[in-house]
This record gives sequence, structure tokens and C-alpha cells, in this order.
Amino acid sequence: MSLLRRIPLPILLLSPTLIFLTLFFVIPLVQVSGLAFQSPDSVFTLSNFDRMVSDIYFDGALRNTIILLILIIPVQLVLAFAAALIVNQRRRGSTFFLYIYAIPLGISDLAAGLIWLSIFTERGYLNSILHNLGILERPLIFLSSMTPKWMVAAIVLTEVWRATPLVMVILLSGLQMIAKDYTEAAETFGCTWWQKVRYVILPLLKPSIQSALIMRTMLAFQMFGPILVLAGRQLPVFASESYYWYTTVRNPRVAAAYALMLMALSVVATFLYLLLLRTKDEQVGVM
Amino acid sequence: MRWKKALFYAAAAVFAVWTVMPIVLIAMAALTPRQELYSWPRQFIPENFSLESFRFFANSHGVLAATFRSIAVALATVLIALLVGAPAGYALARFRFRGKEAFRIGILMTRMFPTSLLAIPLAVIYLKTNIYDTIGGLALMHAALAMPFVVLVTSSLFLKVPYDLEEAAMTLGCSRIGAFVRVSLPLALPSLVAAGIYTFVLSWNEVFASAVLTVHNRTLPAHIISTLNVSPLNFKFAGGFFMIIPALIFIFLVRRYLLSMWGVAINK
Repeated sequence: MSLLRRIPLPILLLSPTLIFLTLFFVIPLVQVSGLAFQSPDSVFTLSNFDRMVSDIYFDGALRNTIILLILIIPVQLVLAFAAALIVNQRRRGSTFFLYIYAIPLGISDLAAGLIWLSIFTERGYLNSILHNLGILERPLIFLSSMTPKWMVAAIVLTEVWRATPLVMVILLSGLQMIAKDYTEAAETFGCTWWQKVRYVILPLLKPSIQSALIMRTMLAFQMFGPILVLAGRQLPVFASESYYWYTTVRNPRVAAAYALMLMALSVVATFLYLLLLRTKDEQVGVM
Repeated sequence: MRWKKALFYAAAAVFAVWTVMPIVLIAMAALTPRQELYSWPRQFIPENFSLESFRFFANSHGVLAATFRSIAVALATVLIALLVGAPAGYALARFRFRGKEAFRIGILMTRMFPTSLLAIPLAVIYLKTNIYDTIGGLALMHAALAMPFVVLVTSSLFLKVPYDLEEAAMTLGCSRIGAFVRVSLPLALPSLVAAGIYTFVLSWNEVFASAVLTVHNRTLPAHIISTLNVSPLNFKFAGGFFMIIPALIFIFLVRRYLLSMWGVAINK
């Protein structure tokens, strides 16, 4: 007890977290590098990466990971910004709409995949609508390797539906930090609504947009449930390949190599966003 | 002015329908009898609703056990994450010390770690230490995923409880710990509970690590994902809807804290 008293209180309070983060972040990082860069008898080797790159699924996984990112993120950003502007209007019912829009925040990507499976499966809602409208006689098959574009579309819709609320909440809390003086000044000078959004709100919101983009991109790289539900291995991505190599092939070394690739992509993307969307101090806009 | 108002409500309603519609659809699919799910032409709204699929799902081998395991893992996750993370959050809110900024940046950096990067080496470590395929092992992993969130959120919520109150309690004869327990803790409790509920949902929903770190003792998402290829549509739809129900309840419970939690957790 007397020993405990001699340690400064902040250190005492922080140490559980520090120990925990070391155990569960630093050690796995070291271990994963060990797995990926070593042979089973602990000799340095690049053969795991060789095996990963020469695998028939690798090129597809790289391409799909990037294509999905490019299709999902911009749509999500625009939709989320629109939703955040709606909620931020503070008209009657705004809060109600916020709670409605936030619902998918609590839904896992696996459940979201199953939801959209009920729409896109062969005897699903989409075929049912098309049939009722008289467009279709027989059901179309959307989710097969013969229709990769439909598969991508289903996955993009699933992710846009599920994760837009997350971006919205981040942007909304940014919007609420913008001091009223700015928007009021813009109105006094006779700005149109669009000018206000374009020249006042968007620049002031840049830090939030940056955080949202970084957060979303990292999570999009890890998207996993919808892929497995809607496409299986017909549309491989890095995260799902890492899973297959661990569970089906039972080769944790190649799985670790995929995980490291994913981490590298996340780090590169983060630095790109930080570089491209550099914010100046005066843009923070909090008064 | 009037058409502006109409435009606002029209846009708001369209977005609300887009958000709610898929949930209604999966609920309907989960309540559609199996025969109708596979029939063609398929009616958009099922002719009869029944709990047949739900019963089939609940009685399927392993589902009930997986559900209880999911709840146990989630509860353990909340406990570990709050016990370990909340003191750090309190320290960040109350004290000035060297390395504070470094600690904060370190916490933010952990967000760059993909789940696979942690789960795969941990599986190898767990196998060696005999905690592979256990509730505790998975809860530790989930607590690690939730830790950055818990630390940042608790730090911001303790910042909102004025330190003056704690000081006043101490001048009136409370000890440091007494002041915390009697003054700060009760004031921060509602937001602490909200953060705990959010952590629970995070664990309940987590798929990748659960699927990698368990084999026989699967949690519900891990069970569903590992049986995807062999399970029929009615199992999948009932399972999907079943997983959503607690999430809907929890989001409803923490609705007031949504903005303050995510706002601080992300916007620095």
C-alpha cells in the first residue's frame, strides 16, 4: 500500500490501459510480423508474401478492395452530409429524424448483409417487385459469378445503407460546433442557401470531414460480413481472404500477410487524407 | 417559405424511408413461412405471417447456446473495458501530466489497426496459452477493440462534471476517493451507462474476431457466418432479424447520447 501511494495518481490511473494496450495491440503487431515474415522454424522469409501474391484470388482481392472503397465512400459522404444538414435545420421533428437515421449504427455488417440478401436473392424482394410490375416473367439471378456487377451493387448498397449514419453523426457534431455568427453573417450579406453551404459551412466542416473519411476508410477496408453473405469467395477482398486463409486453408502465416497488407493500406490512406485535406487553425471555427 | 418547409419534410421523409424500409423487409422475411420464401411468383407482402422460421432458427442446433455465449461475452467486454478504460479517461480529464498528448495520440493510433491484424496473432497466442475458444479470451479481444472509444468518451464526460464540485466535497471532509464516488460518479453515471451499452452492442455485433477466436464455443454472429453455406434462407432471415432486435432497443436507449459519444470520440 505504501508503495502504491508513492506512484503519482495519474500514472496509477493510466497504467491499466497502458498495460492492456501493450498486451493487445503492441504484442499482436510484433507477433503478426513474426508470422508473416518467418517460416515455421523461425527463419526470415518472404515466402508467405510470395504465396499470397501468386494466389489466384490475390489480384481480384486487391482490385475489389479498392473498387468498393471508391464506389462507397463518396456516395456515403454526400448522403451523410445531406442527412446531417436536414437534422441540423432544427425544425420541428429534426430530433425525431436524427433518431430514425441513426438506427443502422447499431446493426452489424453481418445482419446488414442478411437484410440485403432478402432483397437480392433469387426469390427476393427485388425480383418480386419486378415481377409485379410486369417487367419479369422468371426471376433473375443477381448474386452469382456470372453477374459480378450486381454483386458489387448489392454490397455497395449494403454498406452505404449501414454505415452512412456513422458519417452523418460525425459531420453533425461538426456542424453543431460551427458558431452561428458565421452563418448569420453570410445571411446578412445576402448569400443564397447554396453559397452559404459551399463557402461557409463546407470549409469550416473540413476537420470533421477529414475525421469521417479516415474513420470510414479504415472500416471499409475491413468490411467482411456483407462480402461473405452476398458473394462468398466469388468477390474476394483482403479482409475475407485473411479469414479464408486462417479458417479454411488453416495457414495463419498467409492470413497474417493479408492482415499486414490491410494495415499498410489503412496507414497510407490515413496519411493521404491528412495530406490532401490539411486544415489550418482558423478553419476549426469554434468560438 | 412554405415550399421550403415542404421540401425539407419531403427530403427528410425520403431519407427516413430509405433507412427504415430494409428493416421492415427483413422483419417480413423473418415472419414469412418457409414454403412461401421459396415459391414463385413471390408476393411482396406475404400471404400469411408465422413464427415458423423463428422457431426453426431458435431450435437449430447451437443457436440458443451461441446466444447465451454472445450475451456473456458482451457483458464481460463491458466490465473489462470500463474497469480498465474509465480510470484512464478520468485521468485525462482531471490531471495535467507529461506525455498526456502522446497518450492521446497513441489511443487514436490504435484505430488504424484492422481487426484481422489483432485477431490472427491473438489466435496463435491464445492456442499456446489455452484461452483459445473461451468466453474470457474473446471478451478480452472485444475489450481491446472498445478501449479507445471507452477512454476518449469517459474522458470527455468527466470533463463535463465540474472539478469544483469534487473540490468542494473534499473541503467538506471527503477523501479524494470519497469525493469521486459521491460526487463525480453519480453525475457521470448516465453517460457511463450509455457508453457501456454502446460497448455491449459493439461486442454483440462483432464478427471477424469472434469467428477466428472460437471453434466450438461460437458466439451468435460467428455461428451464423460459419454456417452460411449450409443454412437455408429462412434460417438466415430469422437470424438476421434476431440479431438486429437488441441493437434496435439499445440504440433507442442511448439515443440522447449518440451525438455526444460520437462527436467526442471522433472529432478529437
